[in-house]
Amino acid sequence: MLAVECSNVTVRFLSERQAVTALSDVSIGVEEGSFLTLLGPSGCGKSTLLRVIADIVQPSGGSVRVLGGTADAARRERQIGFVFQDAALLPWRSVRDNVRLPLEVGGKRTLKPGSRTAEELLALVGLAGWEKALPHELSGGMRQRVSIARALLGGPRILLMDEPFGALDEITRDRLNEELLRIWRETGTTILFVTHSIHEAAFLGQNVLMLAARPGRVREIVPIDLPEPRSLAQRETPGFTRQAAHLRAVLETC
Amino acid sequence: MDAHAPHIEALDDDAAWRVAQRRLAWQRRLLPLVGAGSLLFVWWALIEFLHVKPFIAPSPVVVLTTLIAKFPMLMDNLRPTAIEALCGFVLGNVAAIATATVFVHRKIVEQAFFPVAVLINSIPIVAKAPILVLLLGNGLSPKIAIAGIICFFPTLVNMVRGLESVSPQAMELMHVLSASKSEVFFKLRLQTSLPFLFSSLKIAASTATVGAIVGEWIGSQEGIGALIIQATYNFDAALLYATVLCGSFFSVSFFLVIRLIERAVVRWDAAAA
Repeated sequence: MLAVECSNVTVRFLSERQAVTALSDVSIGVEEGSFLTLLGPSGCGKSTLLRVIADIVQPSGGSVRVLGGTADAARRERQIGFVFQDAALLPWRSVRDNVRLPLEVGGKRTLKPGSRTAEELLALVGLAGWEKALPHELSGGMRQRVSIARALLGGPRILLMDEPFGALDEITRDRLNEELLRIWRETGTTILFVTHSIHEAAFLGQNVLMLAARPGRVREIVPIDLPEPRSLAQRETPGFTRQAAHLRAVLETC
Repeated sequence: MDAHAPHIEALDDDAAWRVAQRRLAWQRRLLPLVGAGSLLFVWWALIEFLHVKPFIAPSPVVVLTTLIAKFPMLMDNLRPTAIEALCGFVLGNVAAIATATVFVHRKIVEQAFFPVAVLINSIPIVAKAPILVLLLGNGLSPKIAIAGIICFFPTLVNMVRGLESVSPQAMELMHVLSASKSEVFFKLRLQTSLPFLFSSLKIAASTATVGAIVGEWIGSQEGIGALIIQATYNFDAALLYATVLCGSFFSVSFFLVIRLIERAVVRWDAAAA
């Protein structure tokens, strides 16, 4: 089954001076349980596409199916977790209370039996022992881990990540990339991951969706052929370098 | 041995640094007292050696003796002023928070009235107060109204800014979580606005006092404001100074109480999220 299916999705924004076409006629299908990275120059509408799938932005044309239903229904059933570029934590809430926020809003909710608790998710993202800390006591990388744990609460089937590691230093980013792959394998969640980094796109994705800018449209879907499970050492291999070079070549035509 | 030397030296440096820091901390605490003390001395010396008439400007010693001698009378007058300021503070700020809440949820109302509020807010308090005295007349309640209205505008302006300073990503998060408007308000907007609210409450603590005093200037028999007018007309400079001291003492204490509450409530670093 397709986790996400976009058919001829078009998004137009009315800015002060002119109408901007953020996405034009985008059609993609994402297999359930797969890892898709979205790569393209700024202004190609990658973040907009995630927001259409998350039911934050309404498309002006075309249709979106999420897990066989509407995006709206998927959002209401909490099938979608969203990780923002800045962690978007509430600074007055402890780490644990930030992760538990999804249980307190959108109607009283309790965790399904068998799904991971806030504490288990914090352990999954490597933050056991930090439950009581406040966000300003954490580093940027740790805050982003908290926001990943929050997005995973309730076991959503789709995780949408909008340049989550864009503001982090390279060492932290590499470590989180590897951990994200481990989390993906452990949870089986479908992941759509927006990035500006060619290496990140190639290292994480099973497929890379390349978008061209002005108007945002699909340029190519590049399958990444690397042995699983992936590790950072693979990025030194000729195979990886070749894939990255190909992505760069396509990017230049976007 | 050599390998350890730098380490020991670093420790010494650390201890020396700590001593220096402690000295600086004491300096910061003591120097203002020294400054105030020397100004008091200059005040006293000027009055004493230039033979300034006591009804023009009293010496600090006379002010102090007056303060002690007339303390019960001063407190009797501080009480109504304090009640007016406190009641006005509570009513004005509650009304401002409620109005800000309406503004944030009804954009049309905000667009119509927020610029007016900003405009009224920019009129100096001493200019606003007499207008309100004319409008509201004598008695305790008009003074409460004046203090309240004076508090209202800064808090309204700050509270609207605070409630709207929620980050777009936090709003998107709430949308993804299907949060209702009231959940967004109570779980996100209210807390985001608290640092803004407290900065205007601290201003309001002193402006409420000013409002009450200015309100008493015209047509009042008791209160700090009435006492200021009486003392001025009677050329009782010592009483005037003592009264002003009482008023300032109340205003500063009021400010400090709000600051203590702020410290207890806003425990997070608003800059980091």
